[in-house]
Amino acid sequence: MITFILKRLGSGIVVLFVVSILVFSLLYVSSGSIARNILGDQATPEQLAVKNAELGLDQPILARYFSWLTGALRGDLGASWFTSEPVASSLATRIPVTMTMVFVAMTLIAIIATLIGVAAAVKRGWVDRVVQIGAIIGDSIPGFVIGIILVTILAIQMGFFPATSTIAPGVGADAWALSLALPVIALLINGVTGGAQQIRSAVIKQLERDYVRTLRSRGIGEREVLFKHVLRSAAPAGLTVLSLQLIGMLGGVVIIEQIFALPGMGPLAVAATSQSDQPVVMGVVMYTVVVVIVVNLIVDLLNGWLNPKVRVS
Amino acid sequence: MTESVETAALTPAPGRAVPEKSGQTGTVVRSTVLRRLFKNPLGIIAIVILLAMAVMAVFADALAPFDENFANISKTLAAPDGVNILGTDSSGRDVWSRLLFGAQLTLASALLCAAVAIAIGLPAGLIAGYYAGKFEAVSNWVVSILMSLPGLIVLLTIRAAFGPSVWIAMIAFGVLISPSYFRLTRSAVQSVRNELYVDAARVSGLSDLRIITRHIFSVVRAPIIIQTAAIAGVAIAIQSGLEFLGLGDPAKATWGVMLSEGFKNVYLTPSLLFWPAFAMALTIGALVLLGNAIRDALEDGEKIKHRRKKIRTAEDAATASAAKAARKTVATVEAGTEHHLVKVTNLGVGYPQADGSVKKVVDDVSFHVDRGEILGIVGESGSGKSQTAFSILGLLPDTARIVAGAIQFDGNYTVAPGEDKVSQDRLSKLRGKRISYIPQEPMSNLDPAFTIGYQLVTPMMRVLGISKAEATTRGMKLLADVGIVNPERTFKAYPHEVSGGMAQRVLIAGAISCEPDLIIADEPTTALDVTVQADVLDLIRDLQRRLGVGVILVTHNFGVVADLCDRVVVMQNGRLVEEGPVREILRNPKKEYTQTLLASMLEGKEPMTMLVPAPSSVTARSTAKENVL
Repeated sequence: MITFILKRLGSGIVVLFVVSILVFSLLYVSSGSIARNILGDQATPEQLAVKNAELGLDQPILARYFSWLTGALRGDLGASWFTSEPVASSLATRIPVTMTMVFVAMTLIAIIATLIGVAAAVKRGWVDRVVQIGAIIGDSIPGFVIGIILVTILAIQMGFFPATSTIAPGVGADAWALSLALPVIALLINGVTGGAQQIRSAVIKQLERDYVRTLRSRGIGEREVLFKHVLRSAAPAGLTVLSLQLIGMLGGVVIIEQIFALPGMGPLAVAATSQSDQPVVMGVVMYTVVVVIVVNLIVDLLNGWLNPKVRVS
Repeated sequence: MTESVETAALTPAPGRAVPEKSGQTGTVVRSTVLRRLFKNPLGIIAIVILLAMAVMAVFADALAPFDENFANISKTLAAPDGVNILGTDSSGRDVWSRLLFGAQLTLASALLCAAVAIAIGLPAGLIAGYYAGKFEAVSNWVVSILMSLPGLIVLLTIRAAFGPSVWIAMIAFGVLISPSYFRLTRSAVQSVRNELYVDAARVSGLSDLRIITRHIFSVVRAPIIIQTAAIAGVAIAIQSGLEFLGLGDPAKATWGVMLSEGFKNVYLTPSLLFWPAFAMALTIGALVLLGNAIRDALEDGEKIKHRRKKIRTAEDAATASAAKAARKTVATVEAGTEHHLVKVTNLGVGYPQADGSVKKVVDDVSFHVDRGEILGIVGESGSGKSQTAFSILGLLPDTARIVAGAIQFDGNYTVAPGEDKVSQDRLSKLRGKRISYIPQEPMSNLDPAFTIGYQLVTPMMRVLGISKAEATTRGMKLLADVGIVNPERTFKAYPHEVSGGMAQRVLIAGAISCEPDLIIADEPTTALDVTVQADVLDLIRDLQRRLGVGVILVTHNFGVVADLCDRVVVMQNGRLVEEGPVREILRNPKKEYTQTLLASMLEGKEPMTMLVPAPSSVTARSTAKENVL
């Protein structure tokens, strides 16, 4: 077990390393004009040279990468080229907003999609048809369009929710809840429709397995067969679906935060992107990849726990 | 939004989306698939929408009344009129024109994305699937990295590096999403690589390249079309998302830019949001529907549709109402037959088909089993013997219908005359307790997630209501009884840790654990090694003698029947051919079919498939179905 975790952590670190090199070299392409972007068109060549030296842009790429890497290993992700705010601290203030939404949305998706998916697989009939149609509609409308529709109708026209965030330091939990309700709904609709569809097929596949018939022949009740045996065997497939949805959501949440003007990672990422603010972009990407690696590790551990065959090997 | 990126890529689970038969008969399959596709109204709607969108995109220059960036500053946020049929935006630009140019750019970028993804994923998948080895290992590693990157975050990075270009973004997204083609192709290729016809092609000297293009490519073609529909939709969504964030080229009209423009004016003119959102949902929806329609067309046309109810004949309705009446009060069985343990009378089992007909797999079968007797049901694959056995157990698939006859167990009906389904109410009280089951394939009949001990003990606790400790003691003894040398170890083991013969002994132990009156054994030795087969048959005989239970032994093997059974029923094509005491049938078979069966046995051949050509009433399909069941 320990060696399994260490192995996965090791490969995660390798992935993190590879991604950091890739992203760093990509951003190198655009770093030539950064000093001019910061100082404006009137800047003299001398001023530009000074700025470049200040940002370390006069160094060769390898030297720059290693200085970033040694900083990152110490927890120092550098400072924004444009605002001079340390990346680590601006991430720290924004991550809670983003991750609260992602966590709440994923928990709800896991619960609702499982309930609906199992109901569709077991009852078939109209429940099944509703799930199938829901999956088509959910696939057809991108999550951010759902967000736009929700905010236009429920917040702006009907006024049930605040259209933009009221999150600020010191506001109460109810303000948080009200501000996050619509964004979370926008995040989870696609996940629920897609997830329910996939969980449905996973459960149907398990229901057709031979051992289910044998369990029934032994006098085990239908409910026990479903909840103890079928769901457990379908769980790895469901977990994989959910983990992929979570990875996708880390991107989707950027647009949702923009729509609802939430002070999460999204606006930071978008601003940094349009300015090619390398330290911030690196910080956002690295953080995201770390989340993905942790999620994948948790999914692997859960799968090992669910499936004794994996556990042994 | 992007959460659908990865899942959409997975939606056609590779194994499922691959049509089994398209390999050999590519063109034939394709034409029937096309025909089925055009029969599906949703498929036609999807194709029409996509064609209309394509026409609008291609002829945008001719169709649009204004240039995409022509701004009439004196006429901003105007309502629709004769000049601007969908109104104008905040800069006074024509919404309809921008929608058309937006279609052009949006669809072109989706195509570019899919093209890049196919160009990378398809060849890589073919090579990895066909040659495996190092290339596969490396590409799997790359795939695992690509799949762990959130699409939008990567595109943000690309935007930061290369500036606001739709094309660069879509090429990057194509690379990012190429694993879905890679995985699809690789698993499809792996599944056919070792097929006989590919071997044959190899032996006959075809080069690897020819084999890949001729035989393997035809297998992955259809799944790739389905996948492309999904990926094009995802590409449209993510491209629009980027544009919505204001990270696109501001000089270009796209649906995402229009949405962003509409959202800025949401308090003044929320209707500006409608058209780009509508165009996007319509296009992506059409792609999703097209993918589904192609998948449906590839899968069997024989799936039971809910249309069935309408086509039900009056006769069906009559039996249904009769069944309803019968359900209220279960009729008492025919006098003088109560003493039989099981009596099957004129049983018919059928599967409703899409066209409203019912495919009969068991037809007019009658026999009985008495206490302490072993009855063999013999027949080849597709003879309906397993279906008959599952009718008695009440474990037919959901789609199966009892179309005729009755089944009684110990003097009570489990299927009364006129009922179209086995009564689960009545059978759930009998299963495990009085009727038990020994399956054919030992490994797949144990839940891999639970220990053998758990699977042995739980039914005893549920059925007999005994404590866990007591059930454990009994379980250990049962394992010893069925000849397992080290019961403690087996008890703690998971199914994958024991051999097939051992697993079959465990299943037999399970079948006798609650002291049933009837054991139904469905080909209990077929999946076992020859040496183990004899042991298991001995075990069944010993147990039967010791416990005095009735046994129904379903088999294709007359040797097993001769060895074990008291009486035998011979079945062919769902019908009963002959019935009688084993000695009599063996010595003096009356029917030609029985003689043929016996002759093939006496020559020492193991009948594995069709022994004699089946009459046309049963098609290959029902044979396949029987095997699956």
